[in-house]
Amino acid sequence: MATVAKAARSGSGFKISKRALPYVLSLPALLVCIGILIPFFTAVVYSFQRYRLSQPYARKWNWGENYLTFLTDPGFWNTLKVSLSYAVITVGLELLLGLGIALLLQRRSTINNFVSIMLLLPLMTAPALAALMWKLMTNPGFGILSYLLSLVGIDNFRWASSPDTALLTVVLVDIWVYTPFIMILLLAGLRSLPTQPFEAAALDGVPRSFVFFRITLPMLTPYILTATLFRLLDSIQQFDIIYAMTQGGPGDTLTVFQVEAYLNFFQSTNVGRSAALMIILWAITYTLSNVFIKHWLRLRERARGEA
Amino acid sequence: METTSALEKVLRGVALTLVVLFFMFPIVWIFLMSFQTNETILSIPPSVIFTPTLENYQALITGKLQTASGTLDIAFMKNLLNSVFLSVSSVAIALVLGVPAAYAFARHKFRGSEDIAFTLLSFRFAPPLLVLLPLTQYFQWMGLSNTYIGLIWVYQLICLPLILWIVRGYFEDISADVEYAYRIAGHSWFATFRKIALPLAGPGIAAAGLLAFIFAWNNFVFALVLASADKQPVTVGALAFVTASGIQYGQIAAAIVLSITPTLALALYAQRYLVEGLSLGAVKG
Repeated sequence: MATVAKAARSGSGFKISKRALPYVLSLPALLVCIGILIPFFTAVVYSFQRYRLSQPYARKWNWGENYLTFLTDPGFWNTLKVSLSYAVITVGLELLLGLGIALLLQRRSTINNFVSIMLLLPLMTAPALAALMWKLMTNPGFGILSYLLSLVGIDNFRWASSPDTALLTVVLVDIWVYTPFIMILLLAGLRSLPTQPFEAAALDGVPRSFVFFRITLPMLTPYILTATLFRLLDSIQQFDIIYAMTQGGPGDTLTVFQVEAYLNFFQSTNVGRSAALMIILWAITYTLSNVFIKHWLRLRERARGEA
Repeated sequence: METTSALEKVLRGVALTLVVLFFMFPIVWIFLMSFQTNETILSIPPSVIFTPTLENYQALITGKLQTASGTLDIAFMKNLLNSVFLSVSSVAIALVLGVPAAYAFARHKFRGSEDIAFTLLSFRFAPPLLVLLPLTQYFQWMGLSNTYIGLIWVYQLICLPLILWIVRGYFEDISADVEYAYRIAGHSWFATFRKIALPLAGPGIAAAGLLAFIFAWNNFVFALVLASADKQPVTVGALAFVTASGIQYGQIAAAIVLSITPTLALALYAQRYLVEGLSLGAVKG
């Protein structure tokens, strides 16, 4: 009797067995996301079909043809090349800049803290809107940056409207938005490093370049890896900045994966090719994110173990 | 670190100035531009000293733009309201769904819990268009295309993983002993969750909510694909604004200022939590 009374009390109204409870709690969140898994499988199906919105009657399975044609399709290789160069250039430059700024702001002082807070602002600006801001600043007619370049003798710099400088322009916007991300991660890392190795090195009079390359950098590596992988995953999928700036143009200069898939779907209405492109991008990001999650879990375990 | 020469101090100062200049200049410049008339903006050399005008904001807020060829309607305020509505409701729903799930993942190591948690996290890293393009067709069949409900559902893809992962970290940091003690005193599971766990994780939940709001507000691609003009948030609306005829540059700048102010203000307010939140707790700040 006593146990019954206790069970009734602890159930208080609705009875959920102890084992079912966690499932019940996480189920709604799961259901919402499962709804999203269905389109994912649909995309896989589409990628193996000949499917154009303009010719729905001619829709049929063509199995690997969408993928096979990529091998000889210069448009696809251009997409792959632009996406990879965009990702590598932006993340590489942001890493160097972010590390530099983090080192600059490492010591806690009023001004350093103020600057590091100010640097959050570009990061919190919507990337699409950031692209518009830079579009206004690089307008060949009245853009302040075009004007500044003309002061140093570079006239007619056409920024995003020339195939030669379009990549540079979007990379610049990406750097403006995302360098602070790497910076704040590395700054958090730098400030959490133990002080003893540095004190010991200072006592021994070790040169600072040695301290940087042999102590700071190795201890900071987990943070650098985390920041790099996070950014690579985002950068290879970049859409907002490029689409808002040039919609993939001029020509096919900036048709990165997601922009190319978007244009394929809505402009050339080639659903099959669009889906195949997305599946390839997904395969790339899936591989990267698995590397990332494994590495991250190891870090988490280490952090838990030490704590 | 202690031995800084005068030269190094100067170099550091110069570097710091350049950093601040590069990252702050665009915001300051667009802000100034939003108070300028088209004539001022188009003048060469660009003028830093000018008589500020509120015309641009006035046109946006009243939704009426007087041009030489007549009055032009601007729907920008509608975009702004859409942004507020979409972001607030998405975050509210994500909190209701995500906080209990985060609690389950933190407190109960049940079968498949890690797999489920990682599946949810993987949404954060998947290319959005992979799901969005087929979703346009499903939404048409289901009658969800260009509805707030459809959009808010898709916005869960950004908000839910974020809230789940940040809040889970906060629940894990709370000692389970306090909860056991409360339960032994005869309180129900739900009362324990509500009276003990929720208040203790409160700051974390608030931070996760703010971040989710910022990400929802800044999202571009979901609404670009799934919404037409009347449901679009500012990110998409501002882009359409640029290509619309008759719109002046000052008004574009003013629209950008109005669109980025809420997130920038929130970012400054919640800056302490940003490091942890942005990295989904991968780096404890």
